[in-house]
Amino acid sequence: MELFLQQTFSGLAFGGVYACMALAVVMIYQATDHLNFAQGEMAMFSTYIAYTLITWGVPYWWTFLLAMAISFVGGVLIERVIVRPVEGTSVLNEVIVFIGLLAIFNSVAGWIWEYTIKPFPSPFPKEPLFGNKFVGTHDLGVIGVTLVVLFAVFLFFRFTPVGLAMRAAAQDPASARLVGIRVGWMLALGWGLAAAIGAVAGMLVAPIVFLEPNMMGSILLYGFAGALLGGITNPAGAVFGGFAVGVLETLVGAYVPFIGSELKLSFALVLIVAVLVFRPSGLFGFVVVKRV
Amino acid sequence: MALLEVSKLEAFYGQTQVLRGLDFSLEEGGITTILGANGAGKTTTLRALCGMVRTRGEVAFGGAKIAGGATESIVRHGIAHVPEGRGTFVRLSTEENLRLGAYTRRDPQAVGEDLERVFQYFPRLKERRHQQAGTLSGGEQQMLAVGRALMMGPRLMLLDEPSFGLAPNLTEELFDILGAINKERKVSMLVVEQNASLALAIADHAYLLETGRIVISGTAKEIEQDETVRKAYLGY
Ligand SMILES: Nc1ncnc2c1ncn2[C@@H]1O[C@H](COP(=O)(O)OP(=O)(O)OP(=O)(O)O)[C@@H](O)[C@H]1O
Ligand SMILES: [Mg+2]
Repeated sequence: MELFLQQTFSGLAFGGVYACMALAVVMIYQATDHLNFAQGEMAMFSTYIAYTLITWGVPYWWTFLLAMAISFVGGVLIERVIVRPVEGTSVLNEVIVFIGLLAIFNSVAGWIWEYTIKPFPSPFPKEPLFGNKFVGTHDLGVIGVTLVVLFAVFLFFRFTPVGLAMRAAAQDPASARLVGIRVGWMLALGWGLAAAIGAVAGMLVAPIVFLEPNMMGSILLYGFAGALLGGITNPAGAVFGGFAVGVLETLVGAYVPFIGSELKLSFALVLIVAVLVFRPSGLFGFVVVKRV
Repeated sequence: MALLEVSKLEAFYGQTQVLRGLDFSLEEGGITTILGANGAGKTTTLRALCGMVRTRGEVAFGGAKIAGGATESIVRHGIAHVPEGRGTFVRLSTEENLRLGAYTRRDPQAVGEDLERVFQYFPRLKERRHQQAGTLSGGEQQMLAVGRALMMGPRLMLLDEPSFGLAPNLTEELFDILGAINKERKVSMLVVEQNASLALAIADHAYLLETGRIVISGTAKEIEQDETVRKAYLGY
């Protein structure tokens, strides 16, 4: 029982990180119909920016907010400058741009900060809260922070006019233009938000997996798995899927002997394939019929 | 001066030219209708005014040159387009659809009043305000499209077959409401309609479009008497 609880909490912490990545991916997918393969490397780059701020002596939580803000601006710029020119040209062009972004962020990070593994601080104390045996304080903090961020995103989309306009622009750009919504800027805003949410994921997971240019590769894969499981067309579903994948992955790693920690990643792939085969719209997805 | 002044308007889908130089104008406060057979270019005309297709030529609205602008900039001058196919945001609620109409307005009080007014015109929408708009019936979505346009507080409404998919009694009701909006809210209208007799009854001016050209124009009364129009569109 103790092991089960420990693993579940640890899984929820990873799940929070996957949920953030899943949400970031879904936000861009809804607006563009594409998976942003560079989402993980963007988050990694944000984490390096946070790392630099910390080495300059900026306090942790200021760093946290600053890194989110910088990532937001960076995301907006990427959309305006790099993605926009190829938008709607062809699927291949767009995918190539995403993959190009991935490669560029990875090598630029390696070039600036080197490929050596760096420790990244956690804002939470090392001692377990109230001396409990089940959950580390960092894990608890990760769960808490991701829930706060995800809830804030929910409130933004649900209750603000700009959030509503972003949903409208993603659903039906032509109609959105007819009511005066600047669809291009809504897309850019979506990229900015996705980048900021990814930054949160990167900063929270870095103390666990350590900081290096490839740190987000597998995490993005789990994020994809979570998004697909919950439903790539449903942000709330994707968030749920992220948490579910985190818990499943940890429990499977702990209890299924032949999988262990080495084969855990293939679990994500198996899950992705299984979802695509048996329920392509995910658990909570909308079935979208494309009229041709 | 006319509210809308169109000269030599041409429109293209890719290389295909669909409008071949339209000249017409709209008086402030009036209702004008464009008649024409399927494929004549009625929808394209409304799209061209809103910058939804590639155009050439001049369009002046309230004295401002709007041709060639982006759709989202053009509509901000006060043009509300009820598009062919309704353009419902299917996964948003009825009320969210309506609120989006007021997206560019910064006067919450007037917006709130307009929302109430839309609910008065279309009580059905009020009953279904929290329902996902995609699950509304076709007729209800048509009301929603008109309501959303009203929420923009427009000077001009472009209506593309507002009666499409409506039962005859609902069509009449809708046209009564459009007439009321025109009088009470001082909203000018450009209506494209399959149902020519209905359109001519409500309109004061009419144009007949044939393969991208205006072939007949005049007051609604004159057009109603016109031999060609009667044979082809009114059926008597
Ligand atoms: N997206 C498009 N691409 C290419 N051609 C188009 C497109 N939309 C319309 N057309 C062509 O332009 C012409 C005018 O179309 P339009 O939709 O304006 O006709 P309409 O008068 O509204 O007809 P209807 O009464 O059937 O709605 C038609 O010949 C049509 O085939
Ligand atoms: Mg048409």
